[in-house]
Amino acid sequence: MTDPQASIAHSTPTDARPAVQKDESMVRQKEMLAAHFARLAAAPVSGEKVVYTFVPGNLTELLLSFGVVPNLPEINALQSGMRRLSGDFIAEAEKAGHSEDVCTYVKCDLGMMRKGNVGPTGNPIPPPDLLLLSYTGCFTFLKWFELLREEYGCPVAMLHVPYQSDGVITSDMRAYVVRQLKEQVIPALERLTGRPYDEDALAHRLALSAAAEEDLVAVLESARSRPSPIDAYFGGVYYLGPIFSAFRGTEDGLAYYRCLRSEVEARAARREGPITPEGAVAKERYRLIVEGPPNWTSFREFWKMFSDEGAVVVASTYSKVGGLYDTGFRHDPGRPLESLADYCLGCYTNLSLPARIGLLERYVRDYGADGFLINSVKSCNSFSAGQLLILRELERRTGLAGGFIESDLVDPRYFSAANIKNRLESYFQMVDQKRRHGASREEARP
Amino acid sequence: MGEGRVNRPTEAPDLLIRLEELVPMPTREELVARAETLYRDLELSAVQEWKARAPGRKAIGHMPVYVPREIVHAAGMLPVGVMGGGDQVEIIRGDAYFQSYICQIPRSTLELGLSGRLDALDGMLFPAICDVIRNLSGMWQLLFAGRYAFYVDLPQSGDLRLSADFYERELRRLAAELGALSGHPVADDALRHSIALYDENGAAVRELDLFRSKEPAKAPAHEAYLIMRAANLLPVDEHTQLVRDYLRAARASERPPLDQSRVVVTGAFCEQPPLELLRTLERAGCYIVADDFLLGTRAIDGPVGANGADPFSALARAYVERGVCTASRYDPARRKGQWLIDTVRARQAEGVVFCAPSFCDPALLEQPMLVAALDRDGIPHTAFKYSENLGQFQVIREQAGTFADTIRLWGPEASA
Repeated sequence: MTDPQASIAHSTPTDARPAVQKDESMVRQKEMLAAHFARLAAAPVSGEKVVYTFVPGNLTELLLSFGVVPNLPEINALQSGMRRLSGDFIAEAEKAGHSEDVCTYVKCDLGMMRKGNVGPTGNPIPPPDLLLLSYTGCFTFLKWFELLREEYGCPVAMLHVPYQSDGVITSDMRAYVVRQLKEQVIPALERLTGRPYDEDALAHRLALSAAAEEDLVAVLESARSRPSPIDAYFGGVYYLGPIFSAFRGTEDGLAYYRCLRSEVEARAARREGPITPEGAVAKERYRLIVEGPPNWTSFREFWKMFSDEGAVVVASTYSKVGGLYDTGFRHDPGRPLESLADYCLGCYTNLSLPARIGLLERYVRDYGADGFLINSVKSCNSFSAGQLLILRELERRTGLAGGFIESDLVDPRYFSAANIKNRLESYFQMVDQKRRHGASREEARP
Repeated sequence: MGEGRVNRPTEAPDLLIRLEELVPMPTREELVARAETLYRDLELSAVQEWKARAPGRKAIGHMPVYVPREIVHAAGMLPVGVMGGGDQVEIIRGDAYFQSYICQIPRSTLELGLSGRLDALDGMLFPAICDVIRNLSGMWQLLFAGRYAFYVDLPQSGDLRLSADFYERELRRLAAELGALSGHPVADDALRHSIALYDENGAAVRELDLFRSKEPAKAPAHEAYLIMRAANLLPVDEHTQLVRDYLRAARASERPPLDQSRVVVTGAFCEQPPLELLRTLERAGCYIVADDFLLGTRAIDGPVGANGADPFSALARAYVERGVCTASRYDPARRKGQWLIDTVRARQAEGVVFCAPSFCDPALLEQPMLVAALDRDGIPHTAFKYSENLGQFQVIREQAGTFADTIRLWGPEASA
């Protein structure tokens, strides 16, 4: 999610692979993250309070309005995966009795904690002063923070976000979340910081968020161009780093997205393809939609399997787990808590299966995709359960070729490069065949 | 809703007394055999027969762990527990929808649905217990379009009042929809009546639970399990009678106690272990004196008690305030594992067997916290995983046998 190219380069300093081409936005993001982790590490000295929370349904603007520092265990886990640290952390957690069957983000985080809680950048991660269990679209979050609560013995603020089982956000659902914010979450933050809730401060941050979201959507929608100037999956996770982590509602976040948008618009104007760690994609041969999270332990290798074939991901669902902005949602300073509630309720994994399929179908149509691919990760039932039906249903509705590969988030044991490469090659052949078949039908038409 | 048994007419008490004198009460073996027939009734013929007895009857299926069956009953419909296919179904179509690392119950449930075995059901309820069952609710909407499906979003807020308010609204929404489906809007009085019937059932189930804990030789776990599981298919009053009949017969039975170790089994609250697994544990030297099988039959500790109260509010508050601890519920009380320790003490158990389905996220993520709590209290434990279609029990038998022998021969210190 954050500077994948730099992460890989850092982990393999003697690698003879080509140097990574860095845009200004990449450099800016790297600096922002380094500063964030340094601030986090310094919290025990600076006296700033540290709040652990999750990406989907995060309440970053609210946390920042209280002056606390957010820490996101999923981000740490994926960063550990990219830096090839996760295997040891997972082994450590399994040695302590955690099942091989369960989420590897959880085990990576617990293993990291058991090994001294040194974060992916080498800075120590301080223990939480509060666990903000914003419970959006994933039951494992609930168990994860129960496990952390047992370890740290710190307070927990719970936010139960109802599931969009019928594909709509009702006024009852919104009111329930707002009430929890008012009666549970905000009082917990007031107790933690000794500061009263400041709605103006929150509104100011929400306005910054909305402006950044506008730029982010422009970046994501640039993939409608041919060729697409971005890769909305591999590159997408990089673009989403700031808004999924600690920078929504900040001046830095806004500046980052302004910068990114101008770079992407310039690439689009020059009709250039996306930048990958191996350089720009020279020729766009396949425009794909991808469902499911990426593999982080072999991220660069995984990406290369696509870019070598000229496959560009023009839209992805993983880039919506931290917020579904391209369907029109924006944080709204005019209705701060209601808008936070809508944000939490609207994250991708809080959508029903029919709604997810509807979104994917829309992406196929809007982005002129040649096919769609599902990366099914062992660790994440919130995504994975039902993906085979998604595959069938999308094939039926769009007539396009669907592909299915399996890996994991951060457990290196579940990334079989040869197997995935084989499947991808077969898949690209299938797309070609469908294209030829489609073209010959066009020609045969009177 | 339920019908009286053939030998127990409900409208003529005098006749009932005379008939009871004349008609022999069913034996324990007969009762267990009847329950086992229901256990094996994957075609839902019992439900089909119930529906055929009166025109317009409807039945609503539900997944584990807990749904408010009282609402279904108050809407004039039969709640039917769907616990997957166990070890009786060959999975052909279901496997095509789930990856190998997803638990067994959703694939066998889909198999049942796609093969027409659930056609007697007019709808399905999916409680909010994990990501898999949650996503299964959406799959159901797509695969069985036109059939009613409802996701019961159980409250997880750390605040009891907020949770109860949310859940009460959820219950009213469910009641409105089920009322429209059945043509019998859920009136408050009807719901109070249903709650009273389920409270009575809960009392009988708890009595059985306590009895088998006190005298496990007379009510072995695999028998009690079958009797409890009959709640999935029987009308509530019929099931209450079955439990009472079994209790009477079990109390009267003469089965000498064996030198077995008393254990609590936990982790099996959703996908159910095969019956043979329970028998294996018993044969290996364990008396199962408490467990979380079929937790929906005793998900609320004590009666709901809706007399004179708003029944929706009473039901919501009972679940929120007195719902039993389990891995799929957030535990705001910061006493992780205390319920398990309390159960061990109350049932005078000597150890705990963690028995969770493979790939069950809630149970397997919970387990290390429970292990830590047991270790702090010096309570012995062992662990294994299963799937509902498990067919090989030798390894489990050896492991459970060793565990039972260890705590029986050398006491808790030896196994801790």
